[in-house]
Amino acid sequence: MIEIKNLKVSVEGNEILKGINLSVKAGEIHAIMGPNGSGKSTLANVLAGREDYDITEGSITFMGNDLIEMAPEDRAREGLFLAFQYPVEIPGVRMANFLKHAVNEVRKYHGQKTYDAREFLQKMREKLKLVEMDEKFLSRSVNDGFSGGEKKRNEIFQMAMLEPHLSILDETDSGLDIDALKIVANGVNKLRTKENAFIVVTHYQRLLNYIVPDVVHVLYQGKIVESGDKELAMHLEEHGYDWVKEESATV
Amino acid sequence: MPSDQKKTDEQQLLEKMAKREYKYGFTTDIETDQAPKGLNEDTVRFISAKKNEPEFMLKWRLKAFQRWSKMKEPKWAYIHYPPIDYQDAIYYAAPRKQKGLQSMDEVDPKLLETFEKLGIPLAEQKQLAGVAVDAVMDSVSVATTFQKELEDLGIIFCPISEAIQKHPDLIKKYLGTVVPPGDNYFASLNSAVFSDGSFAYIPKGVRCPMELSTYFRINAAKTGQFERTLIIADEGAYVSYLEGCTAPMRDENQLHAAVVELIAHKDAEIKYSTVQNWYPGDQEGKGGIYNFVTKRGLCDGENSKISWTQVETGSAITWKYPSVVLKGDNSEGEFYSVAFTNNLQQADTGTKMIHVGKNTRSRIVSKGISAGKSNNSYRGLVKVYETAENARNFSQCDSLLIGDKCGAHTFPYLEIKNKTAKVEHEATTSKIGEDQIFYLNQRGIDTEDAVALVVNGYCKEVFRELPMEFAVEAQKLLEISLEGSVG
Repeated sequence: MIEIKNLKVSVEGNEILKGINLSVKAGEIHAIMGPNGSGKSTLANVLAGREDYDITEGSITFMGNDLIEMAPEDRAREGLFLAFQYPVEIPGVRMANFLKHAVNEVRKYHGQKTYDAREFLQKMREKLKLVEMDEKFLSRSVNDGFSGGEKKRNEIFQMAMLEPHLSILDETDSGLDIDALKIVANGVNKLRTKENAFIVVTHYQRLLNYIVPDVVHVLYQGKIVESGDKELAMHLEEHGYDWVKEESATV
Repeated sequence: MPSDQKKTDEQQLLEKMAKREYKYGFTTDIETDQAPKGLNEDTVRFISAKKNEPEFMLKWRLKAFQRWSKMKEPKWAYIHYPPIDYQDAIYYAAPRKQKGLQSMDEVDPKLLETFEKLGIPLAEQKQLAGVAVDAVMDSVSVATTFQKELEDLGIIFCPISEAIQKHPDLIKKYLGTVVPPGDNYFASLNSAVFSDGSFAYIPKGVRCPMELSTYFRINAAKTGQFERTLIIADEGAYVSYLEGCTAPMRDENQLHAAVVELIAHKDAEIKYSTVQNWYPGDQEGKGGIYNFVTKRGLCDGENSKISWTQVETGSAITWKYPSVVLKGDNSEGEFYSVAFTNNLQQADTGTKMIHVGKNTRSRIVSKGISAGKSNNSYRGLVKVYETAENARNFSQCDSLLIGDKCGAHTFPYLEIKNKTAKVEHEATTSKIGEDQIFYLNQRGIDTEDAVALVVNGYCKEVFRELPMEFAVEAQKLLEISLEGSVG
């Protein structure tokens, strides 16, 4: 699905990612954990194609394409989805209208016919159930006046609508109470298939009780310093990140 | 991704879009019947004679001309342009027409073709939209539809030149009562030389069953366009009026100085909507329309209401302040505006809400969008007289900047002479958010569509005031205007 090799990224001359290697296959869930400032969100944003990052070295291959060469909208159309840590408010743009634009752009890109209004409404209704959201929500402006929990659920709803191959969840658990966390995790689990993959970026192990990862990576100071199974996440929960820092200091 | 790679893409996009031509740039080849160049008493007499006007009208015009001759062009607006040589323009041009047109079939096919190019299929609109169109090309109205249906209700909707002939009493009673001939430089000029425009009278208690609509269009080279519109809603009447403008491409700057007067009697309501996309000039600022317009409504009676909605995307220069004089007690005035400027366009636009009567209310929603190297100013006055007990005003003026070479300015003026007045003003200035654009990009929407989506959302409060079909047209127009503004 995605193959990241020796990825080095700088922002205004400061190297944030210092040689990341990561390979995610279809059907897998990878968790990326790490303390604040370790480069987790940078990685998520670089994959989505955000500007202001200089890729100084390395390569990213996504579904056989050179991801670095692709515009952000083309990455999205090829099936890469980022659930934002801070979803952006777009006043005056109705959710339904926004999603219709997005989904139809992706369909056009793949030479598929665009949905008509009725088909689309039906699809939206179906996917809303996944995140336990009301239909009224479709006539609200994108993230405008949404609570923290609604914003995160909205990200998962959009993911459900766009049916991406690879979804990157950037701290989707932050600011969620336990009920909202369960709804979000439940949505992700229902969307999980053998064909798609997830990269779950998180600070805490909590989310991983509900979204069980195949592989857990620990990112520290721009490098993946540990990789393991879900036990690694448990270990981090118990011992915090200090042991990672110590180990890394002795290397 | 490397940021220089991204820049190149954007530059390419920009270049591609910048090369687009003004969509409505063409001229129709119809022989015109025109006045000699220049402006003096004889020009005024020529126009009045051409129109076969009664003596009172000629006198009215001549008086206006004398006022104008003594006036100076105003310089207070935040716009810059080379001096206009008023003697170098032609003040009257009429397309030649056959006498006594009975139906659309008799209209000059070339004229119809022009309307087709503009996307105003009259025949189709006649059947489908239920819109009565009084189409004005250059200075003379060429086709009027739905006349019969309106007549049955006692509604008069015709070219103002016709109203002068057929309804002189109404003209004498109302013309110049809201915008007097000496009101301002451009209004005086218009009063002296206006060629044609629309007239509507809705009698007592009648709700006009369709949107009245006019498309204005400047066609012959070097002809100033001086439209005069007068709309009267008698007691308890209601009318919604749509004005749309497109103009063909010209190298010289063309002067447009229109006057619109609205009068709402007791319990009457007038809704006036404009979509204006006059030729804005090219990227270097060459050509384009100079648009100096005086629009004013008088809420004369109790509980009357006047609402202005405008979407302005065109003209090289816009100088325009649709206003409401709230004379009747409990009367209400509204102003909803989207003003978009790109390249070297300059707009100084806003409104005046003049509270005279008791419990009068006004609401101002202004959305300015600047792109390219353009300048966009909001200028608004809220004036509350001593007599206006419990006057209320709410103003919201938002500015959106696209790119970093454009300017947005807000000039709100308040004159409050009654302590019971409540006046609220909110203003924001924001740059179009890179975060918003990236968010939309990440959902598969390219940057150009993303900008259009964000801008449409931003303008929503104004668009929803427009009649449905007009709102769609306005959105499309804004999208066309936005092309190439991303960089």
